[in-house]
Amino acid sequence: MKKQKLVLVGNGMAGVRTIEELLKLAPDLYDITVFGAEPHGNYNRILLSPVLAGEMSLPEIMLNDLDWYRDNGITLHAGSKVVKIDRVRRKVMAEDGTEADYDRLLLATGSTPFIPPIPGNDLPGVLGYRDIADTEAMIEAAGKYRHAVVIGAGLLGLEAANGLMLRGMDVTVVHIGEWIMERQLDQAAADMLQASLEAKGMKFLLARQTEALLPARNEDGDMTARVGAVRFRDGMEIPADLVVVAAGIRPNFALAESAGLYCGSGRVRGIHVSDTLQTVTDPRIYAVGECVAHRGIAYGLVAPLFEQGKVCANHLANFGIGRYEGSVTSTKLKVTGIDVFSAGDFSGGADTEEIVLHDRQGGVYKRIVLRNDRIVGSVLYGDTADGAWYFQLMRDGQDIHEIRDHLMFGQNNLGDVGHKGENRAASMPDSAEVCGCNGVCKGTIVKAIKEKGLFTLDEVKKHTKAASSCGSCTGLVEQILASTVGGAYQSVSAADKPVCGCTEHSHKVVREAIFAHHLTTKEAVFETLNWRTPNGCDKCRPAINYYLISSWPHEAQDDPQSRFINERAHANIQKDGTYSVVPRMWGGLTTPSELRAIADAAEKYKVPTVKVTGGQRIDLLGIRKEDLPAIWADLNAAGMVSGHAYGKSIRTVKTCVGAEHCRFGTQLAMDMGVKLERMLFDMYAPHKVKLAVSGCPRNCAEAGIKDVGVIGVDSGYELYVGGNGGIKTEVAQFLCKVGSDEEVMEYAAAFLQLYREEGWYLERTVHWLERVGLEYVKRKVVEDADSRKALHARLLFALKDARDPWQTSREARAVKQFIPLTVEA
Amino acid sequence: MSNWKHICPLDEIPPLGARVVRRPTGGDIALFRNAEDEVFALHDKCPHKGGPLSQGIVHGRKVTCPLHGWNIGLEDGQAVAPDVGHCGRFEVKVEDGQVWLAL
Repeated sequence: MKKQKLVLVGNGMAGVRTIEELLKLAPDLYDITVFGAEPHGNYNRILLSPVLAGEMSLPEIMLNDLDWYRDNGITLHAGSKVVKIDRVRRKVMAEDGTEADYDRLLLATGSTPFIPPIPGNDLPGVLGYRDIADTEAMIEAAGKYRHAVVIGAGLLGLEAANGLMLRGMDVTVVHIGEWIMERQLDQAAADMLQASLEAKGMKFLLARQTEALLPARNEDGDMTARVGAVRFRDGMEIPADLVVVAAGIRPNFALAESAGLYCGSGRVRGIHVSDTLQTVTDPRIYAVGECVAHRGIAYGLVAPLFEQGKVCANHLANFGIGRYEGSVTSTKLKVTGIDVFSAGDFSGGADTEEIVLHDRQGGVYKRIVLRNDRIVGSVLYGDTADGAWYFQLMRDGQDIHEIRDHLMFGQNNLGDVGHKGENRAASMPDSAEVCGCNGVCKGTIVKAIKEKGLFTLDEVKKHTKAASSCGSCTGLVEQILASTVGGAYQSVSAADKPVCGCTEHSHKVVREAIFAHHLTTKEAVFETLNWRTPNGCDKCRPAINYYLISSWPHEAQDDPQSRFINERAHANIQKDGTYSVVPRMWGGLTTPSELRAIADAAEKYKVPTVKVTGGQRIDLLGIRKEDLPAIWADLNAAGMVSGHAYGKSIRTVKTCVGAEHCRFGTQLAMDMGVKLERMLFDMYAPHKVKLAVSGCPRNCAEAGIKDVGVIGVDSGYELYVGGNGGIKTEVAQFLCKVGSDEEVMEYAAAFLQLYREEGWYLERTVHWLERVGLEYVKRKVVEDADSRKALHARLLFALKDARDPWQTSREARAVKQFIPLTVEA
Repeated sequence: MSNWKHICPLDEIPPLGARVVRRPTGGDIALFRNAEDEVFALHDKCPHKGGPLSQGIVHGRKVTCPLHGWNIGLEDGQAVAPDVGHCGRFEVKVEDGQVWLAL
């Protein structure tokens, strides 16, 4: 089939990102031609401010160099401005006479700085702030002249002023509003920001209207051709050898409008597009970026443009899924040493409430605006560590009334260990270790983000390995990313995050599809959801295998090749490729004959290390894979079964000695523990699951840090859920109190079944609870007895006929393949 | 010149799985079979920290090392970017359902 022709007009971040997304989905669908008015490849416009400030150089901010276009077979006309679109002949024409035919056209013409209609606005030395040429002109002026005036104290204006100041100019920022950045900040935060910029030497003139830009006079008093002063309506005049106008941007839609594409009227101007990013006038023509008006909004930040690009690419690739429904945006100022964050609607109003923390001396201001127990806006100054969290809560529309009392103090989701308890990325030196697992320091992460043009957490993980092992430093890495790329960073809502690179679908979508379409094989999932890879990858296959089996127990077949090696070998792989074997000790109880069998096995297979685990059992380490079936046989013969110490499954039920022996015990903790462990035997789950039962509130079994913790009291049992002793210690939350052993079993089973049905793969109970809220779980498990009984019954059904995996494996053919092949002589 | 050695019937390697071939000297070889019944052979040693690639999850023409999740190309033994590293590969062929390895 002949390739279709796709033409992109506008070689900037939005357009090229769309092409990149398209190449990921359908690399061979189109012959692609790109026109760009600037004589460069695609560069990171957001990083022009650090270039101006002398913190980065131009080559460092290139995102796609000329080789990229060549390598992807894209024809690039750089420095060629398109001036006409012929929609009848489907052809675009550039100023220099270059023409290109299209089957589909993508417009990403961006925006231009708005220059107010005041006298003198065309004098040399008056600049907008938009592209490399403007930046170079400012750098040049800073080398020759002294006085700079920046008109407009928005994000861009302040960044320009900061850069010019760092280049040695005397800078005055003029603003029409009562306070700076009034579209992003309230007055309290703006005043603090202004004070700290003034401390750096920046001057401000607020509530001033510029009347005219006046030419400079030479020594004889004659007017020259260059700007020399700014005059305000109140008569005041200040010297200005350079005037940077940062009074907002206007979408570039003249080309589109001249081609008859609807570009609105009145206040909302821009190329009007639908949710599929097609122009409302011509479905062959798409548009993304700052030139677009979508549902009446033209975005000027990069994150929404990337979201548009993703949806647009999907439609260009003929996949036809996904709609762009608008973006919620956040802002971060890129001025080194100053932390400002703002998102959403912070202006308040009759139906809103707010939580404010204001420490003027300490330089910290935080304001969260709430409506109906949901965050609708936030402004942070000085300490922006939790900006990403508030933003996510806002985007997800999460009900915060349960966490309201500690909302202001932040998520504190950063790990406790491995980075000295550090939780403020901004204050960390470059040499500070961020990722304790992989030894990655802050400087390495910042360098990779800048040099490789990384925008997402996943990209940073891939390139630096930071946050890619235990994940406890994820929050820190996100902060570093956010402060390095500024407004371009958009934390992905967990609900929308794709399972892996093989798909764009989230865990939620995959799981719902498996249930709704009654899918029982991975192949059916791949087909129904248009997987991009023929058989998935190491991320999605285990997740899908879990969803299939948990959704359709006894119906979907387990696929061993979709399991991590530990779950295939029913043992834990060690760094040298040997395995560790842990036989189950129900409730932590054992017998002399079991211990004898373990000792015999350890000697027989020359086990180098025998260790007692934290889960009250014994670990045999250093076993060769080919010996696994035999050692299982020996342990099975002594009545022991797999301890599942390797699985995303029930691990152990830890117990104290309880009322059986303890003089303080109120309940039979060991007996309760054994009953729970037997009920849950072989339970497959999104992640590992640990329980504990203590016989009294002294809680020697540490039930407070278990997925399900049971604490005996005189009148019955207290149940706690969502505890976690690992990466980040999480204390379990109180679920309810029950009176009998049977109720403990029923409630625990119902809680775990709800987790099994709704938790995402690799999500521990604590994270699932954080996502759905304890109230929701209480409704399903505690308040609604029918729901509880149904959940309990579904778990028992799923676990019906559970068999010891060691026993089952020994009979299977696969286990013969544990033995290495040899080369015949 | 290649010296073809008979290893095993193709059936002895699980689809999307691997077998270990033990040699008297020179270290283990991992013999992979993908969903299209293509067979590949690499040193059973990840270029990162020496993990046994034969124990990894096979997908497409790649295997993921079980120790730290590096992806290694089955055809060329190259680590998938941005990781950098290389793992020795061996010629392998399937004839009449039998797997042969060039040693």
